[in-house]
Amino acid sequence: MSVLLTGILVLGGIGLVAAIILHFVAQKFAVESNPRVQAVEKLLPGVNCGACGKAGCQDFARACASADIETFKGLYCSVGGNSVMQQIATLLGYKTPERDPTVAVLRCQGSCENAPSKFEFTGLKSCRLVARISTSQSECPYGCIRMGDCVRACKFGALHISPDTGLPVVDENKCVSCGACVAICPKKLFEIRPKGKDGKRVYVACRNQQKGAVARQNCKVACIGCMKCTKIVPSIKVQNNLSYIPTDVDAEKFGQELADTCPTSAIVYTGKKEQ
Amino acid sequence: MRKKTFPLGGIHLDKHKLTSSYPIVDAGLPDMVYIPIKQHIGAPSKILVQKGDKVKVGTLLADADGVVSADIHSSVSGEVVKIDDIIDADAYPETMIVIKVEGDEFEPDIDLSPDIIRDIPYSPAEIVDKIRRAGIVGMGGAGYPTPIKTTIPEGKKVDTLIVNGIECEAYLTADDRLMVEKAEEIIIGAKIINKALGIQNAIIAIDENKPEAIRILSDLSKKYVGVNVEVCQSKYPQGAEKQLIAAITGREVSPAKLPVDVGCIVQNVGTVFAVYEAVQKNKPLYERIVTISGDDAAENLGNYRVRIGTPASFIIAKSTSHPKHIGKIIFGGGMMGVSAVNMDAPLTKLTSGILLLNDKDAVKPPETACIRCAQCVDACPMGLRPFAIASAIKNNDFAELKRLHTLTCIECGSCAFVCPARIPLLDYCKLGKLEVKKQS
Repeated sequence: MSVLLTGILVLGGIGLVAAIILHFVAQKFAVESNPRVQAVEKLLPGVNCGACGKAGCQDFARACASADIETFKGLYCSVGGNSVMQQIATLLGYKTPERDPTVAVLRCQGSCENAPSKFEFTGLKSCRLVARISTSQSECPYGCIRMGDCVRACKFGALHISPDTGLPVVDENKCVSCGACVAICPKKLFEIRPKGKDGKRVYVACRNQQKGAVARQNCKVACIGCMKCTKIVPSIKVQNNLSYIPTDVDAEKFGQELADTCPTSAIVYTGKKEQ
Repeated sequence: MRKKTFPLGGIHLDKHKLTSSYPIVDAGLPDMVYIPIKQHIGAPSKILVQKGDKVKVGTLLADADGVVSADIHSSVSGEVVKIDDIIDADAYPETMIVIKVEGDEFEPDIDLSPDIIRDIPYSPAEIVDKIRRAGIVGMGGAGYPTPIKTTIPEGKKVDTLIVNGIECEAYLTADDRLMVEKAEEIIIGAKIINKALGIQNAIIAIDENKPEAIRILSDLSKKYVGVNVEVCQSKYPQGAEKQLIAAITGREVSPAKLPVDVGCIVQNVGTVFAVYEAVQKNKPLYERIVTISGDDAAENLGNYRVRIGTPASFIIAKSTSHPKHIGKIIFGGGMMGVSAVNMDAPLTKLTSGILLLNDKDAVKPPETACIRCAQCVDACPMGLRPFAIASAIKNNDFAELKRLHTLTCIECGSCAFVCPARIPLLDYCKLGKLEVKKQS
C-alpha cells in the first residue's frame, strides 16, 4: 500500500511543481495576439482553401484586422460570400461593397462524342501527366483531357465527371469559386465568372486557338473564330481564332441571341429556353 | 576481377536482345518522309526551304537557331510538298517538312565510298565546325547537340571521353550491331572527339552481354593508343550518363552538375559513328540504325538503316504481315520507350528502336495497394524513395516533393518495374517533377 501511496505522491508532486513553473513561464513569454484576428477567424469558414489569395483563413483574418478602410475593400472571402464579409465589416467597423456571387465554368464542350478519344491512356489517371507526355486525349490539343484532376482538387465536392460526356460538371450550389480547379487544370479550362442574375450567364465554352477548319475537324463544338458574335455585342473580342465574352456582357439581354447565332454552339447560355 | 558497375540501385533485366545477331540492312526509301524541325533539346531550327523546292540527300533544310539547337538535313532527294504541323508519335502537333521522294541523289561533297579514312588532318575548331554543320545530336535519346559536348567550357578540365556502348535497354540492339560492324569507324570517331577536346584518353564502355562487340573492339583498340575497352556488368540503367561515369571512373556527378564538372564527356556510340562520318566523309546526319523488335508480334525482326523522317508504318510493314497482333507500338526500348499514338509518325535522330508489343504484353496489370516493401527504394539508381514521391503526389504535398529531391529522377522506370503492387511509380515521379518545376 505504501508503495502505491509513495508513487502517487511523488508523481503528483512532480506534476504540481511542473504545473507551477509552466504557469509562470506561460505568463512571462506570452505571445500577444490581436483579439480582432481571433474574432474575424471565428467568422470565417475555416477551410483554408486559399481562394482569397492568402495562405489560409488565419492569414486572411490577420489581413482583415490590419487593413484600413481602403485596403479592406480589396479583401473578399468567396467561400463565406457577402454575408460573412458583412459580419466581418460590422465587427471591424468598416463597410464592404456587395459583390456578385461567382462560380467556376468549364470552357470546353469536348465530350467523348464531340471530340472522340484518339488513344487509350493506360498509365496513371492524371490530366497533368497526359498533358506532359502528349497533348490531350482527344484530337483537340486545347481541350479537356477528361481524367478528373479537377475533381480530385476540389475540396468542396462541387465537381464530378459526367458518365455521359466524360467532362467535369460544376455543381453550382456547392461551388464556392475557390479557384482550385483553375489552378490545377493543365489546359486552363476553368474560369471564375459571375453567377449572373437567376444563374443566367453566357460564355464561350472553348479554348481552341487553331484555325476554324482545323478546330472544327478536331471537335464538333469548337469556336472557329467566325466573328458572328462580335456583330451582336461589339465588346466581344476574337483573338487567335478564339472568341471571349467579357464578364460584363448582359447575359439576359444578349445570351439567347448569342447562343442561337453561334454556328458551332460553342457559346453556352445557361438561361436558354427549351424548345 | 569483378566487372565494373554503378554503386547504387539498379535492376537485372531479362533483356530480350532478340536481334543481336541480325546484320544491319538498308530499310529502303519510303514514298514520303516527314522531317520534324525539332529533333533535339533546345530551340526548333529555322526553316530554309519552301514548298516546291527540289532537295537532295544532305541538303540543309533548317538552320540551327542559337547554340542549343541543330541543323536539319534532307534524308532523301525529291520535292518539298508541304511544311505543316503534323501529329508526331506523342500526339503533339510538330512542324515538319514533308518531302516526296524522287530518285536517290546525293549532295556532291558526300563521300559514299566504303573506305575507312584513318588520318585526322583537321584542327579542333574545324572538327567542331564539321560536327555542327552535320547537325549531330546525342543519339542515345537525349538529343543534346553534340558540338556543345565537344567544346570544353572555359575553366573546366576534361580528362576522359567515355564512349557509351552499354545499351542497357531491353530489346534494343542498334548500338550493339553498330559496334560489331563499324568497330574501326567508332574508334576513329573517338580519336576525332579526343582531338577536338584536346585529351588522350577514351574508354569504350560495353555491357558484358555483347561478347562479339567486346572481342572485335578489344582487338582493334590495341592498334590505337589511348583507346581502351572497359567491360561493364550487365545492369540497368548502366547506360545512363551519371551511372556510367560512376561505374567507369568512380566519380559522382551531383544533381545540379554536368559530367564535364567531374572531367568526363560521355558520347553514345551512334553519335561517335556519326561524328566519324561527318568529319571524314562530309556526311550529315540523315540516317540512323533502328532496331525493330518484339516477342511474337512480328516475324521479320532486325536492325535497319533508316532515313530520318521515314514513317514508322513503312518499317512496320516491312517487319510484319499481321499488324493485328500488335498491342502497342513503342518508340524506343522496353523500359523508357513511349508508346506511339500515330503509326505514321516519323522516326527521328533520336529513335533507337521500334518495339512491337503483342496484345498480351501490352495490357497493364491493375494497381494494388503499396505494401511498403521498399523494393523501389533498393532499385532506384539515384537513391530516391519513389513510394514516398507517389504518396506526396496523392496528398498534393508539393513541399514534400522538393524535400524528396524529385527533380533528380532520371525516369529510368526501375521502380515501376520492380513494384510487386504494380503501382505506376514512374508516372508519379514524372508528375512530381512537373509539379516541382511548376512551383519553382
